[in-house]
Amino acid sequence: MAVPLPLPPPGPQFVLRGTQSAVNALHFGGGAQAQGRQLLFSGSQSGLVHIWSLQTRRTVATLDGHGGQSVTWLQMLPQSHQLLSQGRDLRLCLWDLAEGRNAIVDSVCLESVAFCRSSVLAEGQARWLLALPGKGSDEVQILEMPSKTSVCTLKPEADAKPGMPMCLGLWQAESSPRPLLLAGYEDGSVALWDVWERKVCSRVSCHEEPVMGLDFDSQKARGVSGSAGKALAVWSLNGQQALQVCSTHQLTNPGISDITVRPDRKILATAGWDHRIRVFHWRTMKPLAVLAFHSASVHCVAFATNGLLAAGSKDQRISIWSLYQRT
Amino acid sequence: MDPALSVVRLTVREAIHTLSSSEDCGLILSTLRCLVIKLSPVWLELSPDGQLEELWDSFFLKGPADQAFLVLMEALESTAGPSFCLMKMAQLLANFLSQRRMAALMEEQCRPQKKPGFTLLQETLLNKVVGLPDHLGNRLQQDNLALFFPQNYFPLLGEEVVRVLQGIVDALRGGLDCSVSFMSRVLGKICIQGRQKEILDVLVPQLTVLTQGSCLWQRVCWRLMEQVPDRTMEAVLIGLVEATPGRPEVLSRLLGNLVVKSKKAQFVMTQKLLFLQYQHTTPMLQSLLGYLAMDSQRRPLLIQALKELLETWGSSSAVRHAPVTQQHYLSAAILICLAHLREPELRDSQDELLASMMAGVKCHLDSSLPTVRRLGMIVAEIISSQIHPEGPPLKFQYEDDELSRELLALAIPGTSDSSTVLAGGSAPAPTASETLAKTMDDGVESANGSDPQVGPQGSDSDLDSDDEFIPYDMSGDIELKSNKAPLYVRDCMEVLTSSEDMERWEAALRALEGLVYRSPEATREVSVELAKVLLHLEERTCVSGFEGLRQRALVAVIVMDPARVAEYLTSQFYALNYSLRQRLDILDVLTLSAQELSRPGHLKRPTQQVSCGSGAPVLATSQADCTGVSGWRTVVEERIRSKTRRFSKQGFPRRELASSPSEFNSVAGYFFFPLIQHFDRPLVTFDLLGDDQLVLGRLTHTLAALMYLAINTTVAVSMGKALLEFVWVLRFHVDIYVRRGLLSAVSSILLSVPAERLLGDLSDELLEARSWLADVAEKDVDEDCREQAVRALLLLERLKDRLLPLSH
Repeated sequence: MAVPLPLPPPGPQFVLRGTQSAVNALHFGGGAQAQGRQLLFSGSQSGLVHIWSLQTRRTVATLDGHGGQSVTWLQMLPQSHQLLSQGRDLRLCLWDLAEGRNAIVDSVCLESVAFCRSSVLAEGQARWLLALPGKGSDEVQILEMPSKTSVCTLKPEADAKPGMPMCLGLWQAESSPRPLLLAGYEDGSVALWDVWERKVCSRVSCHEEPVMGLDFDSQKARGVSGSAGKALAVWSLNGQQALQVCSTHQLTNPGISDITVRPDRKILATAGWDHRIRVFHWRTMKPLAVLAFHSASVHCVAFATNGLLAAGSKDQRISIWSLYQRT
Repeated sequence: MDPALSVVRLTVREAIHTLSSSEDCGLILSTLRCLVIKLSPVWLELSPDGQLEELWDSFFLKGPADQAFLVLMEALESTAGPSFCLMKMAQLLANFLSQRRMAALMEEQCRPQKKPGFTLLQETLLNKVVGLPDHLGNRLQQDNLALFFPQNYFPLLGEEVVRVLQGIVDALRGGLDCSVSFMSRVLGKICIQGRQKEILDVLVPQLTVLTQGSCLWQRVCWRLMEQVPDRTMEAVLIGLVEATPGRPEVLSRLLGNLVVKSKKAQFVMTQKLLFLQYQHTTPMLQSLLGYLAMDSQRRPLLIQALKELLETWGSSSAVRHAPVTQQHYLSAAILICLAHLREPELRDSQDELLASMMAGVKCHLDSSLPTVRRLGMIVAEIISSQIHPEGPPLKFQYEDDELSRELLALAIPGTSDSSTVLAGGSAPAPTASETLAKTMDDGVESANGSDPQVGPQGSDSDLDSDDEFIPYDMSGDIELKSNKAPLYVRDCMEVLTSSEDMERWEAALRALEGLVYRSPEATREVSVELAKVLLHLEERTCVSGFEGLRQRALVAVIVMDPARVAEYLTSQFYALNYSLRQRLDILDVLTLSAQELSRPGHLKRPTQQVSCGSGAPVLATSQADCTGVSGWRTVVEERIRSKTRRFSKQGFPRRELASSPSEFNSVAGYFFFPLIQHFDRPLVTFDLLGDDQLVLGRLTHTLAALMYLAINTTVAVSMGKALLEFVWVLRFHVDIYVRRGLLSAVSSILLSVPAERLLGDLSDELLEARSWLADVAEKDVDEDCREQAVRALLLLERLKDRLLPLSH
């Protein structure tokens, strides 16, 4: 049987230009209740947050709240019109975007100058948890919002020396209300923290290089992390809350800056330092596509709830892709 | 009463009486003869219902077989022209054959004979039995019966031989004395007439089965072979080896220790088949050498054969003059010998073997033919590992191709043994092994089949099929190089000479070709310097495709500034202090760039060429330009076509290739003449006519290519003249590769130089070349050389044909 020739990879559906500087963070907003006008937030090197309409493909508004310092992380709070943005000016701003407003309603001061992106756990409650890099270089701080009361500070044991936390993921198992935190560290290890007990449940060393991004699929209890090195690692969590490495996947070029699993848990995308976006099948980790469009390293990838993929790059462009959509 | 009838009655009565009572063969003979003479259609019609005919037939079919056969053959020969009698007798002979009387005839000859003159009789019988197809063919011409065709007759004879042998075996069991010498002579005579295949294809399989497990049969067989006359021994043995490819044990059962007993057989098996012939297949060699290895009495012969094989293998004159196929044959024989011999057996002659091996490796590696070199490497590796299993292994680097795999497989003792065991078993054995293999296959299959069920991937509960996730093409996913490539030719040159940054160096090397094509002016300013840099460039880091990159860059430089760079490179070819590699590189790039220059419209190439380079933005723009240009042209043509009404239905106007002058025309001399001038002046480090014949071979090939590429140029005539002189000087060169180059040079002269000029200016040289070509076509050891010479001769003939109409 002849194997049909593989199709050439598709081009982007469209490209958003005009941020005037490297794109560091992307987040799809709007969600289910705003079918009519889906939004994309992008945070740039120059400290601006652009809000793009995916219908008109133009900026709807620009938020300037970080004093010209790079925006590294963006997150919409569910069922609200509030956006969190983290900047290199050591501030985490909470924006109110309802009814066309764009004002900072609150802000949290960060105590770490590291590049670690924060993480949020909010299941539509009035109170939500925020994980952010802490004061000590290897600490993670957990805050309860919006009261900004510190829940705890997660500090590794003295002899562990994992280095700085590089990426965070707060989550909660469906069966229990205990919040858990996955943190990727500078030494290439991923640790699972139990926030209430302030202790490390399990820790697995899966990379040689610092972990640059991770994402976790709580249904399958399986996560994936990328590092500055040449491999992706897939790890899973067993019933005893212990992490173990399932497999690793070699990449052609080293360096991953972001990694995201699509909300329907079918595929995942990585943002590569080699200017390429790689798409894998999440269950089998089969490589599906290598998207070469950008001319500089890709900094972030994000999926919308409808499956659209956005990637932001140092070349100041945001590319929007439509891959393996269920029609 | 009819007087005729009474005569017949009388004759028949007499005949019956004589044949039934007489023991005297002379009388029988004369009676039968008389019967034959009386044969006529009238005669047979005398009695109704063909009774007489039946009776007449029975005289021959039931009487003594030898007499009947002789009389029939004699009568067939003496009967003139096609006639009723002739056909009748041919029919009778066919009956004689199909009623198996031949077996009776031969069996009779195997009984102990006491009669006087029986040797003469046997001789006559032998001739008639073996020569039957020829005799009958001559006699009956168009009317010959199918049974008498050699392809039918000899297999039948084979069956008869088996039957006779069966009879002999039975007789021996019964305590009777028998001789097989007549059978041996029959066999020998058939084989020497070149009918081995027909008879042995029948005989060998039957004997294989019969000799298995029966000592008596084996002894009869051995005796049969021993009694074969020396004169015909070779034909029989070669036929037998051919009939038992890869089955030495069958050969061993059929021949016994024949090689030890018979000098002639020994000569055929250990000398003639190994050294004087090389058309046999590898399985035949395996069977022959396996036969020698199977018995302790024969093993010394095998060791002796190995020594002699190695001696021949290691002789430089043999390597130089023997055809490649023979060398391959010899190597295969050596490897098979080694597979059969164990180290202790080799210990006594270790030094001798080692010495011949060393000499052999040297002259094989010196050869300019890659196949011969590879043969040398493979054989040397295996010999050294066999002689010195404990020492450090000899290891060469050679391509893993069909030839090397085949040879290496021969050297593994296990495989040849097991294959012989498998093939050698009689009917039940193969089936057993087949079933075993089948069950093993099944096992593997079932293991494979069960695999996915226990596989980790099957455990996933959600059933999304992978069908909707078809991977896209990922061939573009290559390693990213940092973008440090220089943008100017001068920068590139600087980086290549002085940069310590290896990434930058590599990027410069990769970018160079594109840069050179894009900036002709800048290249011309530094062309010779750049060529010098590239020629001396060494691979400083492990760059994949380094040779190709350097070569393409050099070609680009020559194409941009042919005259000066070619002049420089050709002068360097004969300069001191270059390695062979560099000299070969010079020849290669000269050929490639000449090809590039002579191609019509070569200047359009840069746009395509850039795609190999790394300058991505430039590539994009140049391609865009290119498509833009062709785009408007197609649009215009489309409009013209739509607005034009054509009366004739000739369809689209034919697209013409743009013609342009050959760039090579003006510079061909710079490429060619400096190369051809100095070949006979040896330097200290470089002697084309001495040791460096590999370079000479490449030089001849390069000159041939340049000559070919110089077609339609004005210098072609003087180039052809110089090249013919060059060929004339070197025509008896010992190296095959050089000779091949010379022959291709002659062919390209014939193709490139205009015919009128060729016959006008070069007629003397052509005549000389022609006689040389004829000589080569007939006598050269190398098949390629012969073939090329024939092609050149054909070209010459065609040339003559084309000019003859002109002269009339």
